[in-house]
Amino acid sequence: MKSPSYIEKITQYQQQGTPDPYRPVEEYFQCQVRQMGSVMLPMLNGWFVQDADELATYPNGVVAGSLKTALKRCPELVRPCLSRFAPEERDELIESNEQQFNDGVFIYVPDDVKVEHPFQIVSLVNSRDNLLVQNRHVVRVGRNASLSLIQCDDSIQSGSNFLNVVTEISLSENATLHYYKTENKEADSILFHHLLVNQEAYSLFLSNAITFNAGYVGNHIRVNLNAPFAETRLYGLYLVDKQQHCDNQIKVSHNATDCKSFQLYKGILDDEAKAGFHGHVVVQPDAQRTNAYQTNRNILLTDKAVVNTKPFLEIYADDVQCSHGATVGQLDEEALYYLRSRGIGERSARKLLMFAFANEVCNYVEIPALKDRLSDMVQRRLNGELTICDQCLLHNANHSDIIFPIDESKL
Amino acid sequence: MLKIENLHVSIKEREILKGVNLEVKPGEVHAIMGPNGTGKSTLASVIAGKEGYDVTDGNIFFNGKNLLNLSVEDRAREGIFIGFQYPVEIPGVSIANFMRTALNEIRQYRGLDPLNGAQFLRLMNEKKKVVELTEKLSNRSVNEGFSGGEKKRNEIFQMAMLEPKLAILDETDSGLDIDALRIVANGVNQLKRPDNATIVITHYQRLLDYIVPDVVHVLFEGKIVKSGPKELALELEKRGYDWIKEEYEQGKLA
Repeated sequence: MKSPSYIEKITQYQQQGTPDPYRPVEEYFQCQVRQMGSVMLPMLNGWFVQDADELATYPNGVVAGSLKTALKRCPELVRPCLSRFAPEERDELIESNEQQFNDGVFIYVPDDVKVEHPFQIVSLVNSRDNLLVQNRHVVRVGRNASLSLIQCDDSIQSGSNFLNVVTEISLSENATLHYYKTENKEADSILFHHLLVNQEAYSLFLSNAITFNAGYVGNHIRVNLNAPFAETRLYGLYLVDKQQHCDNQIKVSHNATDCKSFQLYKGILDDEAKAGFHGHVVVQPDAQRTNAYQTNRNILLTDKAVVNTKPFLEIYADDVQCSHGATVGQLDEEALYYLRSRGIGERSARKLLMFAFANEVCNYVEIPALKDRLSDMVQRRLNGELTICDQCLLHNANHSDIIFPIDESKL
Repeated sequence: MLKIENLHVSIKEREILKGVNLEVKPGEVHAIMGPNGTGKSTLASVIAGKEGYDVTDGNIFFNGKNLLNLSVEDRAREGIFIGFQYPVEIPGVSIANFMRTALNEIRQYRGLDPLNGAQFLRLMNEKKKVVELTEKLSNRSVNEGFSGGEKKRNEIFQMAMLEPKLAILDETDSGLDIDALRIVANGVNQLKRPDNATIVITHYQRLLDYIVPDVVHVLFEGKIVKSGPKELALELEKRGYDWIKEEYEQGKLA
């Protein structure tokens, strides 16, 4: 998981030393996924943006806000969940982040608290400089507690920038976290995201990551299933074109008995885009009765698009059920013919099939309003309508409400 | 309506159709029968415009237009419908979305306004009855996980939705039990009008008990060698195809 070329590159970028002067949050962030009612945790150019308290404590005991403030005010909550990377997993980017991070989000959900509204980290970059953003987020979900978290990485101005983001998630016994990530970056940007998840017994981690646009995006996910009956479900979708590059490196370690892991990553690549999928599942000697599945499916729309896929199982226990598979192909010609034979033009037929392929990943989003919005964005992306100019990705201000063509529930 | 003249078709330089002539008029039902491998499905595919077939000679005219110059989708928009022998499964595309896209692209081609959601829903609910689709088959993905019978019913449902001028049903009876056969055949009969036509491609006479043809053709060795009234189908059922072969070899047939 080393990335030596990028650690050299990072020196060409500069961090912004202080936050921008405060302006009302609405000037930067206008995310209004309707009916979602998310609690916004906005970041701009690496710094936390908040007019009131930088670290809020809610009536149910949830603490959320700036990580730096949290480290000062309640280090006992943060420290146990910070810097849990094993020595062999650290690379220069993680080190750099650890030493120099601007700020980030800290969320703490106490035991037995089910958080009703999702929290949403929006990290925007608005700079023409060679800006380096180093964010570090820490999420801690207590016993029997649950949370939905949405993390958006967007750019609102073209320009080159380097984001080096590290997110650490700790799930206690029987905790649930639904984690949604969207990435919409312009062509000159580099985004590295290292995600470390530690799970205790019976906890559930569901991740759904969609890359809509990228310069270079590297998503590195490391999940440790540390106690029996923990479950992790990782879904991903990358839609890349031109010379965009999206790399997904996943390592799930089954360290205890009776755990489950599931991976489904899909991608559509156009033009000269590149993608990588490296899905690694390790089943440790004691991790009997493991269930582990991984699938990576790709559609290449041109001869010049390239995908490297490597699903990889490393099994040291004997009583396990594991499978892996990868496909790289084109759109199904028989299906295209079938659609066209009903009067659907070739272009529309291709779009229908591409959308169907991609939307499978959206179907695993469990917040209905977010699912509809992401499906709509996938559709627009495939139509070539979603660009970086949409400002914030989930931003709704310049668009009328989504009108879905048919209410299929009535059929 | 449909006029096929001296149609020669090859697949990878092997000639499959060797001069087919066929004329179908509005309001008629034609049956095309014949043993396996004589080119029945090839004929349907060539009319639909499927790739991989070389038309080496001849023409297919449909309401005065040469179909061979049209794309697959434009042939459908002109009013041709193929009921497939093996409909493909398309996971993730709902039948509703599929049909709405198809219907509106056909309407656009014909200079009509698209149907709005409510109009479309009404139409869909009405047409579901044609093939006795009571369950919510229509918001499932196209053919995904459908039984053989459901797939064929779905084909006829699509036919009902799109109201083609000429429907070509390719072995629609294959793999159907008697109930499904009755439903499918009833659907086809309900859709029959004086201004449209149907070609039924089949192996067996069984389907023709339900869908009564005006003309029966026998396709043999890439040619229509014999045509006759519906009784010809009964004769084929009784005597098989050997006598056709004999007569053909003796030069008695076309």
